[in-house]
Amino acid sequence: MNFKKQLHEGLLTKNPVLAQLLGLCSVLAITTSLFNGLGMGLSVTIILICSNVLISALRKVIPSQIRIAAYIVIIAGFVTVVDLMLQAFLPELAESLGVFIPLIVVNCIVLGRAEAFASKNGVLASAVDGLCQGIGYTVALVIMCVIRELLGAGTFGGGLLNGGEGIRIIPEGYPAMQMVMPVGGFLTLGFVIAGFQYLTTRMRDKKMEEAK
Amino acid sequence: MDGYLQSLLGILLSAILTENFILVKFYGICPFMGVSKKIDTALGMGMAVTFVMALASAACWAVDALVLQPLGLGYMQTVAFILVIASIVQVVEMFLKKSVPALYKALGIFLPLITTNCAVLGVALVNVQKQYDFLRSVINGAAGGLGFTLAIVLFASVRERVDKADCPESFRGYPITLIAAGLLAMAFMGFSGLKIG
Repeated sequence: MNFKKQLHEGLLTKNPVLAQLLGLCSVLAITTSLFNGLGMGLSVTIILICSNVLISALRKVIPSQIRIAAYIVIIAGFVTVVDLMLQAFLPELAESLGVFIPLIVVNCIVLGRAEAFASKNGVLASAVDGLCQGIGYTVALVIMCVIRELLGAGTFGGGLLNGGEGIRIIPEGYPAMQMVMPVGGFLTLGFVIAGFQYLTTRMRDKKMEEAK
Repeated sequence: MDGYLQSLLGILLSAILTENFILVKFYGICPFMGVSKKIDTALGMGMAVTFVMALASAACWAVDALVLQPLGLGYMQTVAFILVIASIVQVVEMFLKKSVPALYKALGIFLPLITTNCAVLGVALVNVQKQYDFLRSVINGAAGGLGFTLAIVLFASVRERVDKADCPESFRGYPITLIAAGLLAMAFMGFSGLKIG
């Protein structure tokens, strides 16, 4: 039953992107096509699970004074593994995500979960936490990708469906290029978080009314 | 020689304006959002980041060219760079504490945060990717830092007003801040037509 609670936290109440606003650099930078978003989300999820498990297993061995440095080295190790794997097996993805794969090292989500959860909980719970937070991050990325790709390029599933072209929804010439440019990243995230805040306050109000 | 100087100038200008680290490249969004509530602190953070970025560019270039490449350990870049950056931040912190206590006090809380600023690791990795030599790496690092400072100070002055503005409840806090940042990014798009070098 704990899994349900952790999943709920990862997706909604403690969603790393929409509620905690962590790791925004990658969220803004790479969410231009569904392929990018899914690839980045999966990479971060794998790294989160691995680093959470190892840090949790070593939590009694690592002296607390140097724990942050130790965590960063562990995370950097896993990031390097994922980076090399992507370059070997999915070179197109590695190309389009570019420097943002190695930059997962300094993604606050991974270090944040290590410090806030894995360093205090058992191995299994930490693995589940990594998975749930990773899913929350991926969902947020996919939402951003779908909106930006649709408005900016007029397609859905770019890089994945229809031989990499994506399914065209808005005819060529109409989409606003700005949405896949930096400006669009800021604007879309602003609106997505506003929508998220609206939904969570509505849900809270409903619960309070029911309690009455 | 003229061509070389020109390329240095090109790197300098493009890192500040056309490829601004925050508003175009999205490196270092966390401090950009976190430490931009007041102009003073934004300026302090910008200065600290500029200093560390220039130093880190130099050190990471040296580590890469003198240690990793000769030994064929190119794949250890990420691990090596983050360690170099963490130790630089630590050394800078200790040095400032002993010799320039006034500056240390002003920057105090920001210094440890810089380790996890992706602008620093980002610039080190980009320098290697673009195969810059030592001087170009340092210039790129320092200019990237200046671009960061420019963006964060400009944004802090916008934000001081945005925070007081009356906006729909769901937009309060981060959403309206992000939208303001988007408008600033739009202004920086104007530089993208600039051809340098």
